[in-house]
Amino acid sequence: MQNWLLPEYIQDMLPDEAWRVEQLRSQILDLLRKSGYQLVAPPLLEYAESLLIDGSPDMDLRTFKLVDQLSGRTLAVRADITPQVARIDAHLLNRKGVARLCYAGSVLHTQPVGLTRTRELMQIGAELYGHAGIESDLEIQQLMLQSLKLLGIQNVHLDLGHVAVFRALVKHDQLDKNLEGALFAALQSKDVTTLEALVQPLGEELRSALLVLPTLYGDCQQVLTKARDLLPDYAEIRAALADLQAVSSKLQPLVSSMGLDLADLRGYHYHSGIVFAAYHADCCDAIALGGRYDDLGRSFGRSRPATGFSMDVRQLYRLLPAQAATLTIRAPYLEDKALQAVIARLRDAGEIVEVSMPGSVGDSTESQCDRELVLREGSWQLVSL
Amino acid sequence: MITIALSKGRIFEETLPLLAAAGITPLEDPESSRKLILPTNRDDVRLIIVRASDVPTYVQNGAADIGVAGKDVLNEHGGMGLYQPLDLNIARCRMMVAVRNDFDYESAVKQGARLRVATKYVTAARDHFASKGVHIDLIKLYGSMELAPLVGLSDVIVDLVSSGGTLRANDLKAVEHISDVSSRLVVNQAALKLKRAAIGPVLEAISQAIVQ
Repeated sequence: MQNWLLPEYIQDMLPDEAWRVEQLRSQILDLLRKSGYQLVAPPLLEYAESLLIDGSPDMDLRTFKLVDQLSGRTLAVRADITPQVARIDAHLLNRKGVARLCYAGSVLHTQPVGLTRTRELMQIGAELYGHAGIESDLEIQQLMLQSLKLLGIQNVHLDLGHVAVFRALVKHDQLDKNLEGALFAALQSKDVTTLEALVQPLGEELRSALLVLPTLYGDCQQVLTKARDLLPDYAEIRAALADLQAVSSKLQPLVSSMGLDLADLRGYHYHSGIVFAAYHADCCDAIALGGRYDDLGRSFGRSRPATGFSMDVRQLYRLLPAQAATLTIRAPYLEDKALQAVIARLRDAGEIVEVSMPGSVGDSTESQCDRELVLREGSWQLVSL
Repeated sequence: MITIALSKGRIFEETLPLLAAAGITPLEDPESSRKLILPTNRDDVRLIIVRASDVPTYVQNGAADIGVAGKDVLNEHGGMGLYQPLDLNIARCRMMVAVRNDFDYESAVKQGARLRVATKYVTAARDHFASKGVHIDLIKLYGSMELAPLVGLSDVIVDLVSSGGTLRANDLKAVEHISDVSSRLVVNQAALKLKRAAIGPVLEAISQAIVQ
């Protein structure tokens, strides 16, 4: 066993990537700060039951757990920061009105999502609490798109869904939990064959509605028209389709393409309204996603309307073109007041100045130096290497 | 560019008419060509030839946009990150439990004793026996499952059966039907959203051409 070997799907960030990821993180946080979002930094681990409040078996499986030697209880390393922020909003801040919170930090997954992904993500995101209308959905989705644009990620495809449609169908016919779970899995993979078998014993209206759901994806207008024609006329479904109509028409100008998918139930266990995901041609999974989750706060003592987005900064970094390394200036090691002053001035101007250690060997390619400070005619001057 | 992942043999042959319905014909035959990427009559469509059990992996990770994989293979893979919108109704067979002709399966299961099960399809076997309430010890094999009960490696096997000829030739009998298997069309989730204009018509044409 070589001790330099890392576990599978766990990576170091080496100099170029580490700086870039830090830059991207601060660029996004700065945008969020200017938009009125306050930064919170929840802990890396908590009691498992606080992190796994949505009861999703998928999340349970994806979360690392360990035993707390102080309390004997099970601790979990966060696999998602959103529940932590919901806890802070519901229980610690206790604001009556709108609360806007943002965060950035590492999360761990026991299994990588897709083979190309890592098990340690740098999750960054924003959550808006205390407002139930589509204005907050719009603000969050616009922020997500702005963040992607700010980083230079172009040609973003936005996909919208609404979990209330499926929820309304399930609630209206009071399906039991097992069947609901099986239907959910079949819809999530658009597995029409399995779905057909599952809906056999159901009533005619529900059966045809569930069978039409996996075909409701694609162009926004076509899907909405088809959904209005073919889905039962329940108040919740009418409202959901109206929300999608409004949000999609407002966001259309901001993205290069857009689609609806009414069978996309990602995060169904805690989402309650509009859900969305951004896709990019170079990535086989969503690059940023989020949605409305109005009930999550209830488990922490206070139910609050909520919506938010999150993305993995390390994933976004991989989508960006490689940047030329920043070139640096080499200075000799000398206790010379004039030299110190020149170095300080260059650093203030944003240059990187490396002081050569006496007697050290190394070439300019290793340290990316392209210029050198030399003493010429009594003054320190920059000379190209 | 749309990339379609197929496996050689039965799935490839039975998929060809469906692809033809979508106006796609490969320019080379994978049985004679040694190429793994086959061009088609359409510049924007290519086929890749992979092992049947690798099809879901290629599609899940976006190395192929579309693939054709048996339900047996999808079941073992788990289907994460895949849409499976169409049952192509090809390469049909059954997932069965089979034993030696002289093995008393009914009483072996009734007694609640542990069964040794040899199979390539560990997920299917585990789920099936769990639903019956029978404990099993799984022996993962990669082929020639029929041999295992004959040489005492296992009590039963879980395997795909189409005609039953191999079972008969080896003095085995199928004793339990687990599920019907046919091939599904699988689509990468991001591809269906990002390449809708190209993939949509292909799905539509194939779904029209499926023989029920």
